[in-house]
Amino acid sequence: MNDRPLRVVIAKAGLDGHDRGAKVIARALRDAGMEVIYTGLFQTPEQIVQTAIQEDADGIGLSILSGAHMTLFPLVVEQLRAQDAGDIVFFGGGTIPPEDARRLKELGVREIFTPGAPLQAIVDFVRSECGKRRTPA
Amino acid sequence: MIERPGAAGRRGPGSGALDRTISDVPLNSVYGPDDLAGLDVATDLAWPGEYPYTRGIHRNGYRDRLWTMRQFAGFGNAAQTNERYHFLLEHGQHGLSVAFDMPTLMGYDSDAPQARGEVGKCGVAIDSLADMEVLFDGIDMGDITTSMTINGPACIALAQYIAAAEKKGIPRAKLGGTIQADILKEYIAQKEWIFPPRPHMRIIVDMIQFCTVQMPKWNTISISGYHIREAGSTAAQELAFTLADGFAYVEACTAAGMDVDSFAPRLSFFFNSHIDFFEEIAKFRAARRIYARHMREKYGARNPRSWQLRFHTQTAGCSATAQQPENNIVRVAFEAMAAVLGGTQSLHTNSMDEVLALPTEKSVEIALRTQQVLAYETNVTNVADPLGGSYFVEALTDEMERQAESYFAQIAEYGGVIEAIEAGFFQREIADASYRYQRSIETRDRVVVGVNAFAHEEETENIDLLRIGIEMERAQAAAVQDLRGRRDDAAISRSLERLQAACRDPKDNLMPHLIDCANAYCTEGEIVEAMAGVYGRYVERAVL
Repeated sequence: MNDRPLRVVIAKAGLDGHDRGAKVIARALRDAGMEVIYTGLFQTPEQIVQTAIQEDADGIGLSILSGAHMTLFPLVVEQLRAQDAGDIVFFGGGTIPPEDARRLKELGVREIFTPGAPLQAIVDFVRSECGKRRTPA
Repeated sequence: MIERPGAAGRRGPGSGALDRTISDVPLNSVYGPDDLAGLDVATDLAWPGEYPYTRGIHRNGYRDRLWTMRQFAGFGNAAQTNERYHFLLEHGQHGLSVAFDMPTLMGYDSDAPQARGEVGKCGVAIDSLADMEVLFDGIDMGDITTSMTINGPACIALAQYIAAAEKKGIPRAKLGGTIQADILKEYIAQKEWIFPPRPHMRIIVDMIQFCTVQMPKWNTISISGYHIREAGSTAAQELAFTLADGFAYVEACTAAGMDVDSFAPRLSFFFNSHIDFFEEIAKFRAARRIYARHMREKYGARNPRSWQLRFHTQTAGCSATAQQPENNIVRVAFEAMAAVLGGTQSLHTNSMDEVLALPTEKSVEIALRTQQVLAYETNVTNVADPLGGSYFVEALTDEMERQAESYFAQIAEYGGVIEAIEAGFFQREIADASYRYQRSIETRDRVVVGVNAFAHEEETENIDLLRIGIEMERAQAAAVQDLRGRRDDAAISRSLERLQAACRDPKDNLMPHLIDCANAYCTEGEIVEAMAGVYGRYVERAVL
């Protein structure tokens, strides 16, 4: 049993500089008592997963608003599997059409939040899903 | 003096926001003569067309000339975007506005590893002069005006544009339009930079110098608050940071020995029009007054054209909602009207579906029709500055000016805009404001219709979206590889070496060398690589 606060990596990938959403989510999770590592911009999927492993993170939240989500989300899923870190809760958000969100969830992204999602819903999701990871069945 | 009536207020969702604007500027329930006590009508307002231009830069407002309806467009490859341009021109649009894709904006070719998944998504992919030629195929570049939204590699895009026109026999002196080229706001908000701030400033001064001499119809730079606002700033921050950037360019050009009146008449601005109607109008009016005063009194400009702040406006992408997206049509209409009542020179109205994807032809048409209804049916264009003298609007205009001046003082304490960027000042201010705003929605102090009130239980998802497939990326990557195989390699290396030499020599203007590189069909990635060899690349220290 591990009592330290939940730890989450908030990441920006590719060439997308829209960091407003990522920063707001990072602050909301921090205000909810979690430890948040913000990667900064322009990370590769490999870097994001490495950061999460090194930081012993419970979750990764990836924000993409450039339209590259169908490429970059699957690459992170692939990296998580390749680095034997599939138990890290991977979620994300951005300008992602509903149909794409469904496909990403089928590929293994746990949840996709789109513009207008309440911060509380995101905080609740992370607390519950990352919390489950801490107490394996 | 009559006494101000008291204010009771309704309760319930949104009531927490009754006594302040969306940017947290405190509001009274009503305004009256005492709110204008400090206002000198002759020196603070004057007439439209008169210094300090609070009421607009044209005496007759829009009677002599409407604003330019300019819809930003670009996606996929150059041929697809060219087709959309022909469509827009045929439907009565006045000028073109190029949206580039992320790899182009960041200086990468379409086959670069960094470009994967991004090619043609947010705009059109332009790797070399070859793509620029296709983009303007069948379009008379001497007749239209073009706005290009690109910053880090703006000098390269301008060189390609000039080269494409000259290949058609249209001299650069005949080219009209604007290139954004506002790098300072990239470090502040949009984050599409390449080189560190100081060499980037030299590039911009070179562009302004070059255009001042060789391109008399070209607006050299579009100093932009749009992205600052989209990143979550308040109206006053957008106003102050944008004008501070503008003054930084003025100072850089005069430091390089240019006379302020030689270049200032062709500087222009680009603002956001957000949903808080009167605050936006006040912001536009304050912008003109502050700019006029600084240009005349601080920078010693003598030509009235140098005092006049001209601006393009785009409705606020960040005010659009993914929920009930049709509601965005209504938001855009109000935001567009605020821009027009604020005296904008040109306008882009967002399409309802841009919060989900690139807009479809149908939604782009509705957005353009919104401007046409505004221009031709509502009659708001009949009278110049119709809100001038409104107790409320004038008081709010004063408040915007006051807040902007207070920010200028804080920026000066850091030693200037670049120093404040390096200290993370702007980034922190914006992140704080955006978090405050998000919290106010969370607590339902503010209502966003369809999001935290009046929401549907289940969202229906029947809106058509434009999709850019991965095939497009593969084809564009193959095209640039094919181009590399067909060129004169000796000419490529020669032009890139000369460009590097010019980068090392601050007295040599970069633009002629960049035009040579474009004509040799160097790719954007190659040109950026050569320049980064001298200047290095910028790395941001992330501020949360």
